Amino acid sequence: MSNNLLSLMTFFPLVGMLVVLFLPRESDRLIKSVTLVVTIITFFISLPLAFDDVFRTSAAMQYTEFASWISIGEYFQMNYNVGVDGISLWLVLLTTFIMPIAILSTWNAIDKHSKAFMALALLLETGMLGAFISLDLFLFYIFWELMLIPMYFMIGIWGGKNRIYASVKFFLFTALGSLLMLVAIIYVYYYSVQAGVPFENGFSIAHFASLDIPANLQTWLFLAFALSFAIKVPMFPVHTWLPDAHTEAPTAGSVILAAILLKMGTYGYVRFAIPLFPEAAHTFTPFIATLCVIGIIYGAVVAMMQDDVKRLVAYSSVSHLGFVMLGVFAMNLQGLSGGMLQMINHGISTGALFLIVGFLYERRHTRLIAEFGGIAKKMPVFATIFLIMTLSSVGLPGTNGFVGEFLILLGAFESELRWYAVFATTGVILAAVYMLWMFQRVMVGKLKNPANENLKDLSAREVVVMLPLILFVFWIGIYPNTFLEKMNPSLENLIDQVKSKQQVAMMIEDVEQSAVKVAVIE
Amino acid sequence: MENLVQIALENVNMWAIMPSIILVCFGMGLLLINAFLPRGATRPAMWISLIGLAATAFAVFSAWGNPQYGFSDAVALDNFATFFNVTFLIAAAMTILMSDDYLRREGYPIGEYYPLILFTTAGAMWMASGTDMMTIFLGLEVMSICLYVLAGFFRGQVRSNEAGLKYFLLGAFSTGFLLYGMALIYGVTGSTRLSEIGVYLNAHSSLLNNPMTLAGIMLLSIGFLFKIGAAPFHMWTPDVYEGAPTPITAFMSAGPKAAAFAAFLRIMEYCFFSLKPEWTAVLWGLAVLTMVIGNVIAISQTNIKRMLAYSSIAHAGYALVGMVAANEIGYSGVLFYMLAYTFMNIGAFAILVLAGKKGEDNLTLEGFAGFGYKRPLLGVAFTICLFSLMGIPPTAGFAGKFYIFAGAVKAGYIWLAIIGVLNSAVSLYYYLRIMVYMYFRDGEEDYAWMKVSASVVVSIVVALIGIFYLGIVPGAVMDMARLAIF
Repeated sequence: MSNNLLSLMTFFPLVGMLVVLFLPRESDRLIKSVTLVVTIITFFISLPLAFDDVFRTSAAMQYTEFASWISIGEYFQMNYNVGVDGISLWLVLLTTFIMPIAILSTWNAIDKHSKAFMALALLLETGMLGAFISLDLFLFYIFWELMLIPMYFMIGIWGGKNRIYASVKFFLFTALGSLLMLVAIIYVYYYSVQAGVPFENGFSIAHFASLDIPANLQTWLFLAFALSFAIKVPMFPVHTWLPDAHTEAPTAGSVILAAILLKMGTYGYVRFAIPLFPEAAHTFTPFIATLCVIGIIYGAVVAMMQDDVKRLVAYSSVSHLGFVMLGVFAMNLQGLSGGMLQMINHGISTGALFLIVGFLYERRHTRLIAEFGGIAKKMPVFATIFLIMTLSSVGLPGTNGFVGEFLILLGAFESELRWYAVFATTGVILAAVYMLWMFQRVMVGKLKNPANENLKDLSAREVVVMLPLILFVFWIGIYPNTFLEKMNPSLENLIDQVKSKQQVAMMIEDVEQSAVKVAVIE
Repeated sequence: MENLVQIALENVNMWAIMPSIILVCFGMGLLLINAFLPRGATRPAMWISLIGLAATAFAVFSAWGNPQYGFSDAVALDNFATFFNVTFLIAAAMTILMSDDYLRREGYPIGEYYPLILFTTAGAMWMASGTDMMTIFLGLEVMSICLYVLAGFFRGQVRSNEAGLKYFLLGAFSTGFLLYGMALIYGVTGSTRLSEIGVYLNAHSSLLNNPMTLAGIMLLSIGFLFKIGAAPFHMWTPDVYEGAPTPITAFMSAGPKAAAFAAFLRIMEYCFFSLKPEWTAVLWGLAVLTMVIGNVIAISQTNIKRMLAYSSIAHAGYALVGMVAANEIGYSGVLFYMLAYTFMNIGAFAILVLAGKKGEDNLTLEGFAGFGYKRPLLGVAFTICLFSLMGIPPTAGFAGKFYIFAGAVKAGYIWLAIIGVLNSAVSLYYYLRIMVYMYFRDGEEDYAWMKVSASVVVSIVVALIGIFYLGIVPGAVMDMARLAIF
């Protein structure tokens, strides 16, 4: 069984989707229960990955599966080629971990067309898991696009007032980026075939990464990949779809979007854009770091100005993902592992914050900060959980956010991105401002709005939803090593590979320049 | 006259036209049978024509890998023709399956409808297998004249009349261009045989710059580009596609369009390979223009039939990209795309056939509000067809576009591929809009009046199977497409 654990994990939700489709439309509870069970089983299928010690020592892909999928003469070879290493390990587990929580959160929130929602959620899970485990670019692209459709419908059908605009914008932005990436993928493929990569390897990223692509070509290819991933991250200035999508999406949609889909972008950089085009990545590092810093500060400042809690959390994502990208582009172990860890952290904290906003919205049907105030007295349990998640998002020592941000800034200070890190640090301060200010306005003070008099505290189900997230806030905050030690071998390997290529490129450049000088002198 | 004399009996090979002979026989027989059937009884005609298509399919399949040449090389039933013939047969069968109830609903249960579709298909087959200008022209005329009639089939409807007349006038005009082009090429080379023209032009390179040759190629191309519906010769498509009976619109946009591509490809490749850099450069511009015009105008449409008509222009543009690439992967991409387009487009039209009321005034975006909830299965089927038209994996549309753009990239036309994918991005908007209405808005219509007959469902199921088969495991068909090109 362990041979095809990944396939089992990826396609189990798809099987679940088919089951859900055959359930009677009226039996709402049954549909939700089946979906929940399917996602929980998927989580348990993926659990052996978490306990596998091989990741502690090996940088190689584990649990790999390989099968020829499409082969077209001497033209194309697409393979079903999947595997997990330290980079994708925790993202895969985050996905299988968040899904049951997201499903559980829909218990009362999704009351119309619940069958369709659950089917789409399961399809989405297959898409996300598939994208994380793909080692073949073509396969990755298929899963990448597959994620779009369910999310589009989730926002469009179950979203808020402005859902149509938000869903179409989401779809167009992400699809546009990925279509350009498709052209780049085809180009890299032909290049690899020309360069003599054995045909059977298809679109294998390991082989693409071993190519020596000329610098000017790398630039274009990198840009095509980077744009696609930047939209997904989202980085400033292509982030504009995110606040709309998040604000309009139903709670479960926001949770999945924030916790997992956004990671697809940052993961794309770590897995594809940087290792495939290391020299171009190096060239563009200052540019991207600038965008990161702008994103960090801009996201934070705009978040401060929001009067809608959900929009505030959405903009905070822009800021947080800026940190992640900064860490990734620092390209040293601290920065990269901090970035990877912060991806998980953001998934947990922001996912939790969206759930919290969802709890409020279900009770009051508004998310405006001004409508609340002083409700901590009415909802003590809620207040505690909210505070924990707020602090985690701010990055208080002892919570997960601190470890991630600290590592990122440490890495950035030690790399050539020192000055960017200085500016990025202001983002940490601003985060404290907007998050705590929001918490203060919503939770503490006097209870002024009479509509809040009858607010009920969290139900047992809602507490159950939050508990696992709280556990990980502290686990990662206090003992991050559990997670770091399993990603480090792969990250070190990646850094070596990228750095050595960058250095070779720089040496060649130097040699060429001196050759030019020699030629001039002669 | 010399050519005519050369046709000696031993050069006649009936096997080379066997598929079309069977089709025409069934068509003729059907015309006779119709005379004895009571008015309005079209169901037997439907079955007989389906049997005719099945019988033809046997003849078509037996020619795969076993090419037949006949009539002194005026006809070639090679793999290329066979691949296209399969596309035509599928298109015709799906069209016929969705037509019967539709004709009755619209008040024209006239048996001649089916033989006309069979004759159109036969004409398309001659175009695909024609290796002589005359054969191709004969096929084109047979196909077109039947289509003129079919487009204006609802003789009491103004829109249908307009479609028929417009198509006829413009079509006749374009045929004039085509014929004039053929005449000029004959004048230059002294032959109508495609391979002989190619050899002659290649041997006499001074003729390649001859104004007469160039004018001939230009006029020929205009004739085909008109049939393909490529910009700037696309003006007829929206009106004709909107006015024609919906199954005929579906058929026209798939079968006959593929036939025009087949003949165009063959002529360009057989006759004018010496001028490849020149004509690919022209087609480059036309492909871009076609994609842009089709997609941009489709955005503003509110009538879904008309929107799909404009989108059909855009799809012709994508296929032209494969022709511009002019390499193995691009050409086989065109073949693959035509088959994929047949499934996805006819599938989408089948939903329109079901969802229309008499007169089809409700086939607007508004008319589809809430459709996805009132008719969940049809809604999902429509959605899948639309995603395929958008080119979202894992559907046939994605696979088709992938090969076409891959061909362009391989041939070095990176910008063309980029313009192509950007156009796909534009097209997302209007296809999504249909879904926005289907799922994101509530409508008052309950669609209880819809009559979902088994035959239309079969047609839709065939479309879905095709979409997913070509999308998930395209290897086998793509290999066939590769074997089919020259």
